[in-house]
Amino acid sequence: MNELSADLNKKLGEAVERMPAFPKSVQKVLELTRDLNCSPKVLVQVIENDPVMTMKILRVLNSAYYSLPSKITSINHSVVFLGLNTVKNIALSIAAIGILPKQNAADFDVNQYLLHSLTTAAIAKHLCGKVGGADPMDCYVAGLLHDFGKVVFAQFMPEQFKISLEKCQEGEMSLFTAEQDAIGTDHTVVGSMLAEKWQFPQPLIDSIRNHHSEKAGETAMGACVYTANQISKKLEFGFAGDARLESLPPAVAKHFGVNINLDTLISSIGEAELSKILEQARQFSQMDGS
Amino acid sequence: MKVKFWGVRGSIPSPRAGTVRYGGNTTCIEIRTDNNELIIIDGGTGIFPLSQTLLKELPVTANVFISHSHWDHIHGLPFFIPNFIPGNKMILHGAIDPVSGRGVEQVMDVQLQYSYFPVREAEMKASIEYVSLSPGQTVQAGSATVKATLLNHPVVNFGYRVECNGKSVFFTGDHEPYSNIYSPEDESYEEYRGLIAAQEKMVFDAMQGVDVLIADSSYTIEEYPAKKGWGHGTFDSCMSMADAVGAKILYCTHHEPTRDDDVLEREFAKALARHPRSEGMADFRLAREGIEIEF
Ligand SMILES: [Zn+2]
Ligand SMILES: [Zn+2]
Repeated sequence: MNELSADLNKKLGEAVERMPAFPKSVQKVLELTRDLNCSPKVLVQVIENDPVMTMKILRVLNSAYYSLPSKITSINHSVVFLGLNTVKNIALSIAAIGILPKQNAADFDVNQYLLHSLTTAAIAKHLCGKVGGADPMDCYVAGLLHDFGKVVFAQFMPEQFKISLEKCQEGEMSLFTAEQDAIGTDHTVVGSMLAEKWQFPQPLIDSIRNHHSEKAGETAMGACVYTANQISKKLEFGFAGDARLESLPPAVAKHFGVNINLDTLISSIGEAELSKILEQARQFSQMDGS
Repeated sequence: MKVKFWGVRGSIPSPRAGTVRYGGNTTCIEIRTDNNELIIIDGGTGIFPLSQTLLKELPVTANVFISHSHWDHIHGLPFFIPNFIPGNKMILHGAIDPVSGRGVEQVMDVQLQYSYFPVREAEMKASIEYVSLSPGQTVQAGSATVKATLLNHPVVNFGYRVECNGKSVFFTGDHEPYSNIYSPEDESYEEYRGLIAAQEKMVFDAMQGVDVLIADSSYTIEEYPAKKGWGHGTFDSCMSMADAVGAKILYCTHHEPTRDDDVLEREFAKALARHPRSEGMADFRLAREGIEIEF
């Protein structure tokens, strides 16, 4: 797997600092911060439904400055630690950057991407709640951020990313292989390198890095994110550029029991739960903010 | 160790007949080590009268620690007279602002601007040094150690524990006890409860066994529900905290600007009655401008 050059790592890190968040959360943050007594629960929910905001708030908290004995993955933890008003003002400063444009030169649909990320997050959390071995909210965050590299490509390397998307759609290869051809690296590397650069907890970095590799099976979190990603794709909850399904490697499947495949897992989650997950994700991914 | 209160008022200076006994200046505490080294916590308006007393012991090195950047804790800083006299030194400690990303120098910068103050920092004759602290960091100030602990306020706020020759004092700055943002029926309630418990333990550990605890007790328990989330404690929350951490003396401070002395004493007495004292328990007192204790 290609490592990211130090130079590109630095450039992307700085670019993401200036990256705007998703329209619905920007609008919600602006709305909430107009009210002095805004509901803390609602604010947490808004941040937790936006990969860009989540990424940036975790970045502040896990920076060397706070030198925390244990790394922080939860937005709730960030509120306990920094206080609601400080988190609110960080969110407001992110909102002030602007809105992630619906159209980008890569023709990558960020609305569908968000729907895919949100459903992967919720399914990963659900799976983790069943099998244990990790914190369900940590799995949620890992699911939310697993494809972060793609939205970074769409924003900052749109031409090459467009070529990757097209190659993948022509049916020649998976998106991450096409990215390696066109960009020299792929979204698992870029996403995990950013998480590493910002000193996120190791299991979170690994889950992003391994979500297309059988190494995902090394941890419960990795297995939940890998599997949730495939379930979200199979059910066509949103779309993040690659419709191909990958079967569950034995190392991943073993976390969920014997003779497990995507279909048995989907039916064990149940239709009611899955449609609830889709409905909630839809509410947050609407681009018009209505 | 000596501790002297130069400002005990919260939010805004409140000089008037009704506050003349407890004082109208905003937060400023002078601490002297056994070697007479100078530590100042917070630069409210109380720092101005304090700084005038320093003129007889020039040159001075002032180890200043800012709990947080709200006006009532920094608005006296431009009037710290030794800063205008060559040979003096101020070492200003405080937090980094996670929103602006700037260090503690920001609390001087924002005030020493052309529109707001006639002298620029560059024109001040003393040497001014800035030390931005991380939560949990301990620094040396003369023969004392000072440890910063992150507390709960609408802006990053450090409580400081100052220790010297086996004696210790902890000042909270502004602090509200943690509370759960979720209701028991919410899915996240338990997670949040656990996070709060861990954070509170860290805070209590930092205060454990102090000789003198100086704590933000802005509100009465009757006032508190309407002020929840504003980042301040009550007389009662401070008293419970002092008992929980085994403090020897508690000073209640950051008095409400509208509270006259008689009312202050009455409300304090009511809270005291709810926390009866017996042998070996912490002694509860009201912080008053001008009092000095040695321990
Ligand atoms: Zn204050
Ligand atoms: Zn304050």
